[in-house]
Parts: sequence; C-alpha cells; structure tokens
Amino acid sequence: MGAQVHVKGLSVVVQTEAGERAIVDDLNFSIAPGEVLALIGESGSGKTTTALAMMGYARHGCRIAAGSVSIGGRDILALPEVQQRGLRGRQITYIAQSAAASFNPSLNLMDQVIEPALIHQLMTPAQARTKAVALFHSLSLPDPETIGSRYPHQVSGGQLQRLMAAMALITDPDLVILDEPTTALDVTTQIEVLRAFRRAVRERGTTAVYVSHDLAVVAQMADHILVLRDGTMRELGATEQIISTPENEYTQRLLAAARPRQRDAGSATDRTDAQLLLEVADLSAGYGPIDRQGQPSSLILQDISFKLYRGQAIGVIGESGSGKTTLARAVAGLIKPCKGQIKFNGRELPASLTERSKDELRRVQIVFQMADTALNPAQTITAILARPLQFYLGLSGKALQQRIKQLLDLVQLPAATAQRLPGGLSGGQKQRANLARALAAEPDLILCDEVTSALDTVVGAAVLDLIAELRRELGLSYLFISHDLQTVRSVCDEIVVMQHGRLLTQVARADYDRGPHHPYYELLARSVPELRRGWLDEQMQSLHGPPSNS
Amino acid sequence: MTRNMTSPTLAQRQTAMNWPGKLGLAILLLWLITALVGPSLMQQDGTDMGEAAVFAASSAEHWLGTDYLGRDMLARIIQGARYTVGIALLATLLASGIGTTLALLAAASKPWIDASLSRGIDTLTSVPSKMLALILVAAFGSSLPMLIMTAAVIYIPGAFRIARSLAVNINAMDYVTVARTRGEGRWYIMRHEILPNIINPMLADLGLRFVYVVLLLASLSFLGLGVQPPDADWGSLVRENIGALPSAGAAIVAPALAIASLTIAVNLLIDNLPGRAAREGGVH
Repeated sequence: MGAQVHVKGLSVVVQTEAGERAIVDDLNFSIAPGEVLALIGESGSGKTTTALAMMGYARHGCRIAAGSVSIGGRDILALPEVQQRGLRGRQITYIAQSAAASFNPSLNLMDQVIEPALIHQLMTPAQARTKAVALFHSLSLPDPETIGSRYPHQVSGGQLQRLMAAMALITDPDLVILDEPTTALDVTTQIEVLRAFRRAVRERGTTAVYVSHDLAVVAQMADHILVLRDGTMRELGATEQIISTPENEYTQRLLAAARPRQRDAGSATDRTDAQLLLEVADLSAGYGPIDRQGQPSSLILQDISFKLYRGQAIGVIGESGSGKTTLARAVAGLIKPCKGQIKFNGRELPASLTERSKDELRRVQIVFQMADTALNPAQTITAILARPLQFYLGLSGKALQQRIKQLLDLVQLPAATAQRLPGGLSGGQKQRANLARALAAEPDLILCDEVTSALDTVVGAAVLDLIAELRRELGLSYLFISHDLQTVRSVCDEIVVMQHGRLLTQVARADYDRGPHHPYYELLARSVPELRRGWLDEQMQSLHGPPSNS
Repeated sequence: MTRNMTSPTLAQRQTAMNWPGKLGLAILLLWLITALVGPSLMQQDGTDMGEAAVFAASSAEHWLGTDYLGRDMLARIIQGARYTVGIALLATLLASGIGTTLALLAAASKPWIDASLSRGIDTLTSVPSKMLALILVAAFGSSLPMLIMTAAVIYIPGAFRIARSLAVNINAMDYVTVARTRGEGRWYIMRHEILPNIINPMLADLGLRFVYVVLLLASLSFLGLGVQPPDADWGSLVRENIGALPSAGAAIVAPALAIASLTIAVNLLIDNLPGRAAREGGVH
C-alpha cells in the first residue's frame, strides 16, 4: 500500500554563469495514499526535476534549495545522502522514459528486474524471482515464466517498458515515479502499456507520480493533475475538473492544443482540374546488398503506389518500422528504389541524387523530425538560410538579405534570431528555421518527416498551424509523415496507412469519421487516447482485438 | 534541461580569450620570435667552446651555464628553437592537415574510397614508426625537409583515425543529408558542413600530436638520425647533456623546461581558443 506524500515549498535551482536561477519554485502539493498525481507541462517546465527532487535527487549542476518532501511521515530531503540512497529503489522507485536506454544490454532481464530487491537485501534471489514472475503476470507480459531469461534486445519496446515497471514494483515501494513512460511508444503499444500500468498500480494501491506532456494519457491515469510552467504551479485539481473546467489560462491553452482540430487549407478540395504533381508507382526499396533478382537483403518498402496533386497534403501514417520514413527518403532520392518509379510533374525522377538536376532537387525539399540535428550547429540561421538561396536562385547582396528577412517573417521567427546559432533557439524556433530553409528553395513539394513529434503540444500545434497556413498562402504540397493520427488528420486531405512496408489503405478527408475502414486504420484510430476520463476503461472492455505482439 | 535561450551573437563570439589562452599565446609567440630572429641577435656563439668550464652553473657570462663541451647553454637553446619549433610545428600542421583532409574525403565519399583510404593508412600504422623513420632517412638522407616529411607521415594515421571517426558521426547528421539532397558537392559538404563541427577536437588533437612530434624528433636525434651535430634541437640538447643529470645542472634542466613550456603553451592556446565555447556542442 502506498504512502501519504506531502511536498512543501520545494525549490530547485540551477547553477548558471549569472548565479543561481530557480527551475522549480516553491511547489506545494499532497498525494493521498494510493492516488496518482500527474505532473504535466512542456519541456523545461520543471516536471522531471520535480519528480527527481522527490527522491532527494538533483541533476548535475542543480541543487535542491529549499522545501520538504515527506513520504509516509519521513522528510526525505532532511536525510543524509546514505539514507536517501537506501530509500531509492526501495521506498521510492523510478520508471524512466526510455526503457531501451535504461537496461543493461549484456545482462538478462530477470537479473536486472530483481536487482533492487537484492541490493536492498529484501529477499533471497529465489523469492525475488517468484515475485518477479507474479509481476510479469499482472503486467500481462507474454511467457511470464520464461521472459526473464531473455536479453533486452530480444523483447519489444513496450515489453521493456513493462519490465521496467516490474523492476520498480518488486520492492513494493511507497511511491512510484513514472517519467513519460509511454512517450517513446507507438499508439497501439502505448495502450497496452497504459493498461498494464493501470492494473498494476490499482491492484497494489501504489501512490504514484506520473510525469507527462500528454494530457490525454494523463486523463486516463491520474486522479489529480498538477500543471507546471517555468517551474511554478499553474493549476492543481482533480482530473475531471482540469479537463472540463480549467481555470488557469495556460491550462486552457494546453487543452486547446491537445484537442483535435481541423486546419483548413482551402484550395485542395476541388481537385478535378488539379495537376498531378507526384506519382509513385509500384515502388519497392530496401537496404543492404542487392541479390541476383535485384532485391536488397532487407526490403523495407513493397509495391507502394499513390498520387499526389498540386496543392494537396497527403499524410503517411504507420508505426515505427512501417517504412514511412524510407518512403520519404526514396522520394527525396536518398535511397535508390529497386523497383517501380517516381514521376514528378509528369516526368520520371532519376532514382539517385547525383542523377537529378538542380531544378529537380530544388522542387522537392525534406524537413526532418529532429530540428537539433537538421541544423548545422556551427552555422548561424542567416548562413543556413542563405545557402539554398545562393545555391538554387543565385541571390546575393541586398536581394539575399531581403529574402532571408522575408523567410523569417514567413515562418514567424523574430529578426533577432537571424544572427544566432541553432543552439540559441528553442525547439519550436528550430523547427521553424528548418521549415524556412526548405521554403528558401521555393519547392513544389515538402516532405515533412515527423516534424512535430519532438515538440511540446502547444508548440507543435503552432507549427502545424504554420504548415497549414503556408500551404494556403503558397500553394505548397506536402507529404506529411507521422505516427500520430491526430496530427495527420488535422493537416492532410488524405491519409495513407502503412504497415510492414506495405500500403494498407487510403482514406480521404471526407471519410475520416465514416467507416467502414481497414481494420488496422480502425485500430490506430481507436488507440489514440481521447481527452476524457474513462476512455481507457472503455477500451479495456471493448478492445478484444488480436493479441498484440507489443 | 533548461537551456539558456539568449545565445551569443557573432560579435560576442569574437571576444578575447581568457588569460590561460593569452599566456599560451605569449609563450608560443616568444618561442617563434626566438626561432626567427634569436640567432642573429646573439652575442655568444653556440659553437664557441671558450675557456668556460664544462657543466658550469649559471653566471653573469653564461646565463644558463655551459654544456658538456663548455658551450653557452642559452645560445644553444636559442639555436635549437629554430629546429624544434620549426620542424615540430610544420610536421604537426602537415600531419593534422593531411590526416583531417583525407578523413573528410573518406567520410563524405563512397564506401569504397573510404575503405581503401582507411586500409591504406592502416598499413602505414602497422609499420613501427622508428623503423619507418630509419628507412626513410637511410633512403633519402637526413635533412630538415626530410625530417619534417618523416614526422608528418608517421603522425598522419593517428590524425586520420580520429578525424574520420568524428566525421563519420557528423556525416550521419540530418543537416548533412539536407545538404546532400540540396545537391551540394563533396567539397562543400566536407568544408562547410563537417569540418566546422570536428575542428575543436582536431585542434585539441593537434596540441597532443605536437608533443609527440617533439618527442619523436628527440628520439631520432638520439639515434643520430635527427638534426645533425653540431646543430641540435632541444631533444638532442637534453640527450647530449645527460651527464649533468646527477648535479641537476642548468644544462639539462634548461632545454627540458624549454620543451615543457612550448608544449604546454601550445595546449593552453588551443584549449582556450576564442569561439570554442560557442562551437561546443558541435560534436556529441
């Protein structure tokens, strides 16, 4: 059974060159035994810092400056370091975001799951193993008796996340901290993991802190929600109240961004006279050496065909490993298809980059997911934007400066950012700069590869607005790749559903909510958490689909 | 997690370096000037044995004492600076420059070019460096250009290995892919996309490599393959005055200190180059 938790006046400061700055400022909250509190906010809001501070831990360069954290009547922060360490992994446990990075690849899973119990000498290895198997059962892991003898790479991401939960629960902790445990998972996997977490937490009556940026997920898991921004509490209330009648202005914005919304791009509806821009026919592609039949050793894409008209936005959706990014790379010329053809503006595009003309290259631009790695950290934004302008359009001098300014305006970046390096921009700003670079080439088609999935909800929604607006103003076409059905639905006229490298089905905008659809599309649509309480419970009752191999 | 959002602009990045960097620069400049104009300003001739005692302590006449033949130590060091600073700097710059260029070429090119370059340079690594130096000097005779070339050839593989592993990582970044899809040539990608992001670790490596080259020169001189007597670089000064070690005479301490000050100065300067902080984060 979980413990009562009281947090009073908690402050965490970070050491900067200009002295100390508070990143968590005077937080007060309580959690009743057996309840789940969600900490929600954007990146940099201090939610993970708060969660770690509840274990008496501050990251490198940070310091817990004030406050008390009492768990079961004991003030954690007042304890000496050695005793704090005795509590971690025993009374307080932590489930990190990326299970894949948290497991040691060279030890088997059982040894790692029972490790906390052995370190704290709570039980013998044999007892611990028995208990672990019981936990595997209650977390609905496949082959609970034998899965422990496997190694981390032999199970899937969703299973690994549940194994980490088993590791956290094996010591019967007073408090479990879950730090974005499903953020890195596919939707259909996420629902399985959420289900398992919910059951395990309920059965044991564990007190838990659930850190997330996703309101819809939190609505399923938490009894209370605490909204954080810039390290201060914006709102604290029961889940029902927060999602139905938020009082704080920021909470309202967060909710608005999380609600599905149609972004209208106008022009694309009357497509009868529209010009065919991109035609992909029987496209197959893969990686590795090519065998005698002309097939690469690992075939990623198989027989993909679709048409994209000028001014249209097509969304490509699928889970990780479905080949959607490979499709974009093939269109961009980064990977040579082994079969099929890509027609652009009625002419066949050469397969590889080097054979394409400068003009063909200019007309197709790609925007990557991680703006961090898509912008050269050694070049200023001006230099990054100037290059395509010089390279394709031969601009220089005043015309160049003017165009850069226009581009920054177009993506709504302040002019002051022009002289900065990418490191000095926020995540959303980087993604805008990333878009601006693609726009600089004056392309016909932009390939957007998960452009908003690394962004916070509110920031991501703003970038989606921008993408829709650019399309309206400039008549751009998009091939919009995403794992998030809601995102795709909000900006695209048509959805292409992919699984295991094959195109399963195509759904037009008018039919988004009208069935019947391909069962896999239905499954995807059903797996997207809805922003209301009780959604997960309904899914748990109604979803008797095929056993997931998550 | 919270990142400082106000980043230095270009102008701010050009600001002066901190004091350790300045100190390094001052010492390096001092040695460079010494190497260039020092010998012509000298009153004492480094070959004049005079009447002074062997291994004399420092005095008004001989500031750093005398060596094993009674020659003035200060004059010997000033003359040696030309060899040590000149050969070592040139050889290091050549080794790092060629190594980095080849590495960029390997990373930005097709796999077969990368493979043949890498394997070719591996072959060079497999030959013991002293042996290689011996063969090169035996074949072409010992001269200053020859010494520089030898030291450079010996240290190219190390620089290449480090630069290539860094460049391969950068090459996998999305911004390089974007440049490729833009249709940029290989040279542009090497020069503008990859190089600025590996230059920092390569500069740090250059400082280290410089120390190795000084040591290599000293050991070559020891084998009689380096700078030929009566001229001597600092390494050979240490060796020829090894007899002063029991008495801790200035004759052995002074050239050793000279080597130390030079190598430390180069490393101080490189570690504190302005703009380094701004470029930090280029390589993760």
